[in-house]
Amino acid sequence: MSAPLLEVNDLKKHFRVRGGFLGRAPAWVYAVDGVSFEIARGETLSLVGESGCGKSTVGRAILRLFDVTAGQVVLDGRRIDDLSAGALRPIRRRVQVVFQDPFSSLNPRMRVKDIVAEPIRNFGLAASSADLDARVAALMDKVRLPREAVERWPHEFSGGQRQRIGIARALAAEPELIICDEAVSALDVSVKAQIVNLLQDLQQELGLAMLFISHDLAVVEHMTHRVAVMYLGKIVEVAPKRRIFAAPQHPYTQALLSAVPVPEPGANRQRIILKGDVPSPINPPKGCRFHTRCPYAFDRCRVEEPKLQPTEAGHLAACHLLEGAASAAA
Amino acid sequence: MADTTALLVTRITTRERIRAVLGSDLVYSFLRSRVTIAAAMVTAIIVIAALLAPLIAPHDPYDLRQLSLLDSHNPPAWLSGGDMRFLLGTDDQGRDVFSTILYGSRQSIAIGVMATLFAGMLGISLGLIAGYTGGTVDAVIMRAADIQSTFPAILIAMLIDGTSRALFGEQRNEQIVFWVMVLSIGLSFWVQYARTVRGSTLVEKNKDYVLAARLIGIAPVKILFRHVLPNVVGPVLVIATINLALAIITEATLSFLGLGLPSTQPSLGTLIQIGQKYLFAGEWWIAIFPGITLAALVLAVNLLGDWLRDALNPKLR
Repeated sequence: MSAPLLEVNDLKKHFRVRGGFLGRAPAWVYAVDGVSFEIARGETLSLVGESGCGKSTVGRAILRLFDVTAGQVVLDGRRIDDLSAGALRPIRRRVQVVFQDPFSSLNPRMRVKDIVAEPIRNFGLAASSADLDARVAALMDKVRLPREAVERWPHEFSGGQRQRIGIARALAAEPELIICDEAVSALDVSVKAQIVNLLQDLQQELGLAMLFISHDLAVVEHMTHRVAVMYLGKIVEVAPKRRIFAAPQHPYTQALLSAVPVPEPGANRQRIILKGDVPSPINPPKGCRFHTRCPYAFDRCRVEEPKLQPTEAGHLAACHLLEGAASAAA
Repeated sequence: MADTTALLVTRITTRERIRAVLGSDLVYSFLRSRVTIAAAMVTAIIVIAALLAPLIAPHDPYDLRQLSLLDSHNPPAWLSGGDMRFLLGTDDQGRDVFSTILYGSRQSIAIGVMATLFAGMLGISLGLIAGYTGGTVDAVIMRAADIQSTFPAILIAMLIDGTSRALFGEQRNEQIVFWVMVLSIGLSFWVQYARTVRGSTLVEKNKDYVLAARLIGIAPVKILFRHVLPNVVGPVLVIATINLALAIITEATLSFLGLGLPSTQPSLGTLIQIGQKYLFAGEWWIAIFPGITLAALVLAVNLLGDWLRDALNPKLR
């Protein structure tokens, strides 16, 4: 296998929430606390987990919307998390984003033409104004919007259409990696399916790598190659899609998957109901972060944090219960 | 290739654009309110008359050769002793009151507009920077605004006026006085713009389109002016309209107090100040006519501002 396009090593992002003034000790939110994964060219990795587990923070840290606390982000063999704003600019073209909310992600005071043309202009990708127009027109074709739409304003479009405009803007920079931050979560089911299919087609057509951040496991199952499951700022399990949906190993993944609704009335299924709430990321539990809610927790889980290690080829999980399997696989 | 560009250049025609403007909510709410239409007409008449003063005015009050002290203190034309040449009478120097009002409105409106523009540019820029940058910069700018707003506008204007007198001496020319007025009135009104713009910027800067612009690698200044500014100017327009009326009033107040434009180049405030000396002598026309003009102008602009505020507020529709 060739070198991965994106490598994230032990990424940490802590936000200060209060204090630090007049000697009061500051409190920190450990939003992302040691996350590692990689994405190959043309591959889709889905990052799943419940609200507040740090999925979006990982995406935003890769995009360098803020500085990371610790760890590395390596794009195509080059570290990008410590670059200055100027050095980062050409890199920005290679990693683009599709946001969740199609209503706030487009500037209401700009025509579609200008929204889509902005990355092309800014990165100097078009040779002439005719080339620019042709590129914008080609992008509209790619996201299956009529070319006439370029003269219109964002408020004239529906949520799904706006999301297509957002995708066109992301593609305009000719990126290699697209981060979809809950890109279809705000859409109706039928529109959602259209956008998911569009993203899949574009990925195949353009050979894009994708980090698909979502809490919607049905959508994830439909479009991803691999899945990484996050809980409280850490990845608890990474595996190819088929493995994770057929044979989840981490207790949290098992519980998460059992919560996916089955579109079949009267279907008999076993639900694993977790007790309690997700602990606060300001004061995460010691040892395994999941031990407060894990049905199988034992003494070791409360003191020692399990490492993410292979249980089978390409399948990693962080759980003490799986260590026997891990040593067998190794 | 040729057909793709051909499709893209199907632009909206001028006629369509005019139709879109006439059909908009703003025009609808304008035409529905008689008070607003009247206010707009009064404003338009005074502004156009002021702009065309050199063409309309029967006399040039700045041309000393046309003045004769024999014509001074004439009552309006319809009173006994009135002269048909001087419709609204003459002042103590024999200047036609009607002409001086035209030229005076010109000065008042020019200072008001320039001061509002100056305050707007200063306040909008500082508000954008404070809101977008945050942290220490934000704190410094907004505390400066707090301190500024504890001084009344007149006091600030008097301070700047006094400083300029010390700098340029008592023999300041009219050009300098004009810009001193613009500066002092402008400086006392920027706070409101800065606060409003800062508030809206705080909301806008976390919206995804601003993040998207950052991810394209657009420089912060460009993001501020191309992306954030167009989305925060709505409320600013309302403030600007109401501030225009306030600026005109402030200028008149300063001129009335003798801090503003000299009597050789009077604004409406200067005219009222000249006239009030003769009010008790029964020569009311020198002060009253400029006073009516000032009141009408300020009231009309204020009413327009009120309408704009209501029309642009979606909650009041």
